[in-house]
Amino acid sequence: MYPFTYSRATDVADAVRDKAGHDGSAYIGGGTNLIDLMKMNVEQPAHLTNVAKLPLSKIEDLPDGGLRLGATATNSDTAWNEQVKQRYPLLNQAILAGASPQLRNAATNGGNLMQRTRCYYFYDIATPCNKREPGSGCSAIGGYNRIHAILGASEACIATHPSDMCVALAALAPTVRVSGPNGERTIAFEDFHRLPGEQPEFDNTLAEGELITSLDLPEKGFAKHFAYLKLRDRHSYAFALVSVAVGLEMDGDTITEARLALGGVAHKPWRDKSAEEMLKGQPATAETFGRVAAHVVANGVGQGSNDFKIELARRAIVRALKQAAEGQQEAGDVYLGGQ
Amino acid sequence: MSQLLTSTPYSGGVPAPVPTGPVRLHINGETRTLQLAPWTSLLDALREYAGLTGTKKGCDHGQCGACTVLVNGRRINSCLTLAVMHEDDDITTIEGLGSEDNLSPLQQAFVDHDAFQCGYCTPGQICSAQGLLNEGHAHSEAEIKELMSGNLCRCGAYVGILDAVKEVVDKESSEVRA
Repeated sequence: MYPFTYSRATDVADAVRDKAGHDGSAYIGGGTNLIDLMKMNVEQPAHLTNVAKLPLSKIEDLPDGGLRLGATATNSDTAWNEQVKQRYPLLNQAILAGASPQLRNAATNGGNLMQRTRCYYFYDIATPCNKREPGSGCSAIGGYNRIHAILGASEACIATHPSDMCVALAALAPTVRVSGPNGERTIAFEDFHRLPGEQPEFDNTLAEGELITSLDLPEKGFAKHFAYLKLRDRHSYAFALVSVAVGLEMDGDTITEARLALGGVAHKPWRDKSAEEMLKGQPATAETFGRVAAHVVANGVGQGSNDFKIELARRAIVRALKQAAEGQQEAGDVYLGGQ
Repeated sequence: MSQLLTSTPYSGGVPAPVPTGPVRLHINGETRTLQLAPWTSLLDALREYAGLTGTKKGCDHGQCGACTVLVNGRRINSCLTLAVMHEDDDITTIEGLGSEDNLSPLQQAFVDHDAFQCGYCTPGQICSAQGLLNEGHAHSEAEIKELMSGNLCRCGAYVGILDAVKEVVDKESSEVRA
């Protein structure tokens, strides 16, 4: 790797100050994505501020009935937290569907939101990429684009967000708490990640120097009727081609509230609020699910190698809605959803 | 206050060489102070500076699991973390799990079940399996397969690896019940 300087922050204020004091610096948490990007020369921070050992690793109840997930709690500790398992099993299953046990043991909650696309061209510095080098062009458009976006893409970028955890979060709608040079603020999860538009170099809406300190989940966890369905090229340890997170509230066979988000299909975790509205008040039938799924992918655009994702997503939505309505899934120690 | 390990200012253009600094690591029960640059991965620190070559470098990108070690009892990929991030952490490598005269239960099970061919992934497989035991979440074969999926074996010795890990998982859970 290339030379850089390093410091370990002792508290949030120290971290924000340290990063602001070094040009071209970056925060490092678990490092499981950033270090890889540095090895590939995709990212080249001149200085790293280590935030992994900041006192932000607690998972604790909030006065409003919600649950606060500390930014430096690991993905493993979050997935297996008893509160998460009982109250937010959708999150438990989504986290355990991602990466490997080793990576989940190192990766932090804040870092999961900050991970970057796995687009092959973003990783290959010999090829043009608007996300890596704004204005250079998009090699994935007209190139090999099996893993790329079918929804919300732009002429500048068709990359996808790779996280599983964030797909469940999109459905659960937490608040992201951040600290920066101008103090603290909160960002609704749906506003945290962004679509590429003409500025694909920005993955999210954080301002320069801001650090995620927690994810605050609302009380409603959809613990009775939920599903996380992940479809990929092998049973485990692979990124999603398409994933679906569903949370439902039911009154008998009638859906009274719905959450629906997709992974692997867009530049951000793709929550479809119009589909959620369509589900409200409807009977949980194959006809309802089929209609809603068709609506979600109606504006899907394939790029050639990823055309299959439109039909795959449609079918996955139907299957996940059915699983959630029937209450088939249970929180567990292991995600076996693909088997 | 930040603990600044290096003090060379970044002046733009080609960065000035950054000096190494002392990093204190607890490896296999022994405290070692190594002179390391900030960009030295934990994997390189173990192999090139601490002389512990049991931990293997496979892909160096967190995709194969050959570099798996235990940090404070938890398995991680040592290639995707910096040694400076682990000051005062307890690191256990394959050398710390057992010795030739005194194999750990997992090491013995890997021998008994022929759970390798070339052996290159084996230290990572065994450290990962030890992490799996420490976590206590795997019971069935399907659960062991899923929770060992971060370790690839290009020889395809998975059948033996699964048998070996299952044997120790079963033994430990029966001891817990007893």
